[in-house]
Amino acid sequence: MRLFRILRTMRTALKALLRNPMRAALTSLGIIIGVAAVIIMMEIGKGSSAAIQRTIANMGANNLLVQPGTAASGGVSFGAGTVMTLTPDDSEAILKECPAVLSAAPLVRARTQVIYGNRNWVPMFIYGTTPEYLVVREWTAMAQGDMFTDSEIRNASKICVLGQTLVRELFDGASPLGKEVRVQNVSFKVVGVLSKKGANMMGMDQDDILIAPWTTIKYRVTGSSATTGNQSVSAANTTSGVNSLNKLYPNAQLNLYPAPSATQQADTPLPVRFTNVDQILTAARSSTEIPLAMRQITQILRERHRLHSYESDDFNIRDMTEMSKTLSSTSTLMTNLLLSVALISLIVGGVGIMNIMLVSVTERTREIGLRMAVGARGRDILRQFLVEAVVMCLAGGAIGILLGQGFSKLITAMLHWPTETSIAAIVSSVVVSASVGIIFGFYPAWKASRLDPIEALRYE
Amino acid sequence: MNLIELRDIYKTYHLGELDVPVLKGISMTVAHGELVALMGASGSGKSTLMNILGCLDHPTSGQYLLDGQEVSDLTTDGRALLRNKKIGFVFQSFNLLARTSALENVILPLTYTHEPLSDHEANSRAMELIKLVGLEDRAHHEPSQLSGGQQQRVAIARALVNRPSLLFADEPTGNLDSHTSQEVLAMFEQLNRQEGITIILVTHDPAVASHAKRTIHISDGVIVDGDMPPPPSGGAS
Repeated sequence: MRLFRILRTMRTALKALLRNPMRAALTSLGIIIGVAAVIIMMEIGKGSSAAIQRTIANMGANNLLVQPGTAASGGVSFGAGTVMTLTPDDSEAILKECPAVLSAAPLVRARTQVIYGNRNWVPMFIYGTTPEYLVVREWTAMAQGDMFTDSEIRNASKICVLGQTLVRELFDGASPLGKEVRVQNVSFKVVGVLSKKGANMMGMDQDDILIAPWTTIKYRVTGSSATTGNQSVSAANTTSGVNSLNKLYPNAQLNLYPAPSATQQADTPLPVRFTNVDQILTAARSSTEIPLAMRQITQILRERHRLHSYESDDFNIRDMTEMSKTLSSTSTLMTNLLLSVALISLIVGGVGIMNIMLVSVTERTREIGLRMAVGARGRDILRQFLVEAVVMCLAGGAIGILLGQGFSKLITAMLHWPTETSIAAIVSSVVVSASVGIIFGFYPAWKASRLDPIEALRYE
Repeated sequence: MNLIELRDIYKTYHLGELDVPVLKGISMTVAHGELVALMGASGSGKSTLMNILGCLDHPTSGQYLLDGQEVSDLTTDGRALLRNKKIGFVFQSFNLLARTSALENVILPLTYTHEPLSDHEANSRAMELIKLVGLEDRAHHEPSQLSGGQQQRVAIARALVNRPSLLFADEPTGNLDSHTSQEVLAMFEQLNRQEGITIILVTHDPAVASHAKRTIHISDGVIVDGDMPPPPSGGAS
C-alpha cells in the first residue's frame, strides 16, 4: 500500500509538471547544463588521461626488462647481463603463465655494420627477436611490408625489418622491400619497414634499428652470445682455471661435443648453439599491474631456473615507473579540477530549481489549499512537491547525460580530442542530480506543506 | 442521532496583542439528510463557522460532534483525513485544477484516501458521479472548455466522490448567472432529496437560502435564528 501511495504521488507530480511543461523544462535547464558539463568534463578528462597513458605505454612505461644477472669468475664480476641463463623458452613461459603480462619477446643484440650497395651504416640497435617484440613496444603498425613470422624464426631465415633511419641511410628514400642488405657478410632480405617512432626518453633514435629473427642474429651474425657480452669475458677466459661454477655458468664456449677436427670444421662450419638470449622484454597489461607482473615473472623464472629459496635471483627485472607515475598523476589532477568546476554548475542549477519551486508554490497556493481541503495532509503536499523537484532533477539529469555524451562524441568527431565514456560520471551525476532535487526541493516543499488551507483557498 | 452538534463554540483570533472574538458561543444541530442554509452578512462570523464546521479550522473552545465523533481537538492530519472521508466542499470559485480533465479533477480526492482505490475503481466511481451531475459527454474536457455551471457541477461531483455524509457549498452560485444558479441549486435539492446527502449552503443571498428547508442566521458571532432542526413532523419554518 505504501508503494501504491508512492506511485500515486509520482503520478500526481508528473501530471502537475506536465500541466506546465515549459516551466518544468526551463527549471530543469540548470540541471541539464550542469550534468552535461559534468559528463563532458569527465569524458574529456578520462579520454585525455587514457590517451596520456597510451602515450606513456607507447614510450615503454609498461615495459619490464628482464636481464640475466651477473656472472663472476675468479673474483671478476662481468656486470649485468653476463649470465647465460635466459632462454627463449623463458620468454614463452612468461607470456603463457603470467596473467599480468601482455606480451614478451626475447632479445639478442648485436652491434655491427649493415651494408647495402655502396652505402653502409652502423645502426644503434640490431635486435634479434620475435614478432612479439613489436607488440611489447606497441609498434605493430608497419610502414611497408610485414613483420617476419614464427616459422621464419624456426628456420633462422635471413630476413629483416628495418627502421626508418636505417632505410634513409642505406636506401636514400627508395623502397627497401625485397632488397638484400649485408650484416657481417650475411645477406638479409628486407621484408618490412617499421613505422616512425622517433627518439626515446634518452634521446636515442629508435628508428635506427634492424630487427631480424633472434635465431638468425644469434647463430648467423653473432655466432655465440659469449662474444657479444663484455670484453672482460674473454679476459676471464684466460684465468678460467679457478672458476668453481664452471659447470653451471660456463665462462667460455663450452665444448659440448667432441672438438671438431680442422677438416670437420671446414666442412660444417656450425657454431656451438647456446640458446640463451641477452634480454627478455615484456609488457605488463597496464601500469597498475606492473608490480604484479614483476612478482609473476620472478616466480616463474625462479621455478624455471630451479633456484633454491636460499639462492638469489640470477636475473633482474627493471621497470619504468618513474615515467608513468608523473604523467598519470597530472591527468588525475586535471580531471579533478574539471570535475569541481562542473559540480559548481550543478549547485547553481539546484539553486535555480529552488527559485522556480518557490515561485511555483506561491503560484499554486490555491491548488495546495484545495488539495488540503479535500484531504491532503501536510506530508502529502510535502511529498508531492519534493517528488516534483526530484523528478525534474532526474529528468534533467537524464537529458544532461544524453547531451553530455552527444557533445563529447561531437568533440571527438570535430576536434579529435580523445574522450571516453565514464560510467562513474553517469552514476555520480544521477546521484548528484537526485540529491540536488531533494536538497533544493525541500525548502519550497516544506513551505507548501505548512500552508493553512483556509488562507490558501482564499489566496488570489 | 444528529450529524452535527455544536456546543458553545468560541473562536477568537489573536491579532498581535488584540483578541478578536469572532464566534461567541454557538450551539446548533443539523440532522442527517437536511438541507440547511447558513446566512449572515459579511463579517458576521459565517465563514469562520463554516471553516470550523468543515474541519478546516478548530474552535478556541467548545465541543463539535460530527457524526457522534468529537472533532474539535483533532490534529491537523486527523482533520485532513476526516475532511477526506466525511466532508465535501464546493467553492464559489470552483477551484478546479487547470489543464486537468474533469474526470481527473473528480478523482483528485481519491488520491488522498486512507485506503487508496485501484485506478480502475477510482475511474469508474468518478465516472458515476460525473453522470450523476449530467456531464458524461464532457468528462475529458478541461475546465477552460467548460461553462461556469458545468465547472461547478464538476466541483460538485468532486465533492461527492468520497461519498461524504456532509456537503458544504460556500457561495456556490456567487460566480454564476441566475439561470445556471437555478440549475446548480436544483441539483443540490435533487442530491439532498434523492441521495440523502446533508448539505449546508453558506450564502448571503436570501434567494439562494430559500432553497433550503431551514435557514440559520448568524450575526455578530451568534446564531439569531434557526439553530435547531425542525421536528420530524416537519411543521416549523
